[in-house]
Order: sequence, then C-alpha cells, then structure tokens
Amino acid sequence: MSQDVSTRDIVYIALFAALMAAINLVPAFQVGFLPVPITAQTLGVMLAGALIGAKRGALAILLFVLLVALGLPLLSGGHGGLSVFFGPTAGFIIAWPFAAYVTGWLTEKNWHRMNAVWFFIFAAIGGIGVVYLIGIPWLAMVAKLSLFDAAMGSLIFVPGDLIKAAVAAVIAETVRRSYPLMQAAR
Amino acid sequence: MTIGLYHPSRSPLHRARAGAKVAGLLVLSLALFLVPSGIAVFASVPLAFAIYLSTGVPFRSLMTQLRGPAILLGIIFAFHLVFGTVAEGALAVARFATLILLASAVTLTTPVSEMAELVEWLLGPLRPLGVNPEKVGLSIALAIRFVPLIAEEFRLIREAQAARGLAANPLALIVPLVIRTLKSADELADAIEARGYEA
Repeated sequence: MSQDVSTRDIVYIALFAALMAAINLVPAFQVGFLPVPITAQTLGVMLAGALIGAKRGALAILLFVLLVALGLPLLSGGHGGLSVFFGPTAGFIIAWPFAAYVTGWLTEKNWHRMNAVWFFIFAAIGGIGVVYLIGIPWLAMVAKLSLFDAAMGSLIFVPGDLIKAAVAAVIAETVRRSYPLMQAAR
Repeated sequence: MTIGLYHPSRSPLHRARAGAKVAGLLVLSLALFLVPSGIAVFASVPLAFAIYLSTGVPFRSLMTQLRGPAILLGIIFAFHLVFGTVAEGALAVARFATLILLASAVTLTTPVSEMAELVEWLLGPLRPLGVNPEKVGLSIALAIRFVPLIAEEFRLIREAQAARGLAANPLALIVPLVIRTLKSADELADAIEARGYEA
C-alpha cells in the first residue's frame, strides 16, 4: 500500500464515516445507576480506530466531523451544523479524529496479540483519554471555568464511556475473528 | 438537493455566499472572545437572535434546534454560580448564545453542497502538502450517498434481531452492521478498481 490515500482507502474512509452516522441511530440508553444517558457516538470513534487502523480510522472520523460541520444532522439526537463547533463542548468532538488515530495506532502496533482486553484498553486510551485530554481544557477555556470544574462536570460521562469501551472491545474482537481486517491496512 | 439542516427560503442570508458567511462567523467569534467590553457581548445576543429569525425558519424548528445547547448553557451557568461569579457566568453564556445562534443561522441558510464546494476551495492551497481536494470531495459525496444506505441496512438488522428478541443488544446490532459495511466497502473498491479509476 502506498503512502498516499488509495481509492480503496477512500471507500473505506467514506463508508466508515457513514457507519459512524448510522451507529448514532442506536438510541441513547439509560443504565439504572448512571445519571446521564449513554449515546453511541464515541463507540463509533473507538471502532474506527480499532477496525480500519490509525490513518484510515482518523480520516473516517474527520470526514464524519466534516459532514456534521457541512450541515448534516448526524450527531446523536439529530444535532449538527456549524453551531456544534461554537458550543462549549466543541473540543470533545474535535478530539474524535485524534482519538481514533491513537486507538488505531496502538491496535496496529499490537495487532499480533489483540484480544478483547487489549481492545478495551486501547479503546479507553483513545476514546476516553484523548477525548477528555482535549475536550476538558477546551471546555474550561471557552466557558471560562477552572480546569477542575470542567473536569468535574465531565466526570459523570466516564462510567458510560467505560461501558462503551467494553462494548467496542467485544465488537472489535468479534469482527477481528470473523473478517480479515488489517492485512489490507499495510 | 435539500438534505441536512438547510432550510430553503429567500432571506438576505440565503443570498449571501457561503464563504462570506463562514468568514464573518469566524471573525465575530474571535471578536467576541477578545472584546473586553461586557456590554458589547450582551448586546450581541438580541442582535444574533434577530439575524437567526431573519432566516425565516419556523419557530418550532428553532425550539428543537436550540433545546440541547440551552440545557448545556444552563449547566455552565450553574457552575459559575456555585464556583465563580454571576457576572462571569452571564458573560460566558451570552457569548455562547450569540455564537450558537449565528452558527445555526449559517447552517440553516447554506445548502450542504455549497458548503462542500467551499471546503474543496479552501483545501486548494494545501495541495503541496499532499492534500487532494478532489479526493476529499469524492469522500464527502460517497459518505453522503452511503449514510441512508447504511441506515437502511441498520433498520433491517434491527428488525431481524428484534424477531430473535435481540433488539436491545448493541452487539447483535453493530457486529453485523460493521461486517456488512466492510464487505460493501471491499466490493465497491473492487468495482471502482475494475473500471480503472485507481487514483
């Protein structure tokens, strides 16, 4: 595979961006003991990195974010448009392509030993670690909150995100066993 | 083509060019964060609201569009109230209200196709860095084409799994969806290559 983005890569990127949009149709579900509903959004981010690799996964999510910016209501709950990027939580969405890249990079480097546990760890590092690392300081800066307050406000989403990382891990492991994936990535 | 959040109408904002609207939005957002005067920030809220209403969007869709952001701003205000000062909180909320209203106005008055053209044009200067605007345009078109197809696929899978009593199981829904998507991607790429469109 050349350094450049091939036609096959473009198709994968476009279809995974569309898949990310379809995953957002999974209705938000409420888990009894959690204060906020869990949406499927970052599930798609974790899966993109884990399944089609760092570069293609990140570009797929970047394309998805671009489609939202162009005015397509693809975020969960039918949200979308430029207003998303001027709101206080823009940083969390802008973090998604980086998150997919990190999850994808870790997955590619460790492909020979991947199992559900590693998928969970890498999905959590990218889909939770990277997303909060960018999203929280962004929120603090634009909403003029202290870093601590912004982090506290975001903490209620962590349990849901951990559940998502676990779901992403089981999905990724099931797909890894049933469909040839990374051979095409190199 | 009227897909997305675009609301067809004939307001002045509809007639303005996409590039001008986006540039204006960026300049204003920068100004709102740099301007030290609170009065200017507060005065911008009703102004932004008037601009939003000038797009001719029905009031009902305004409510559904702005409910989510309004709740979020409420929470941020509450945080300022508890840990900071009222003035600071009001200023932060006013700034966001203006930006969200104006950004929504741009999205409501600009068709997705026009925005996509703008993106391709903006990417032009990045060509020496290895960015190919045509490929980006192709990806945008492909993804937009495939969103309804994959959504339909998802609906079929959900019905099939509901018949098995698995409608609420995310694994039973997403694993088949991912595998079908990977399969269609491979088939589509084969079809494109077989016709000699290899880029």
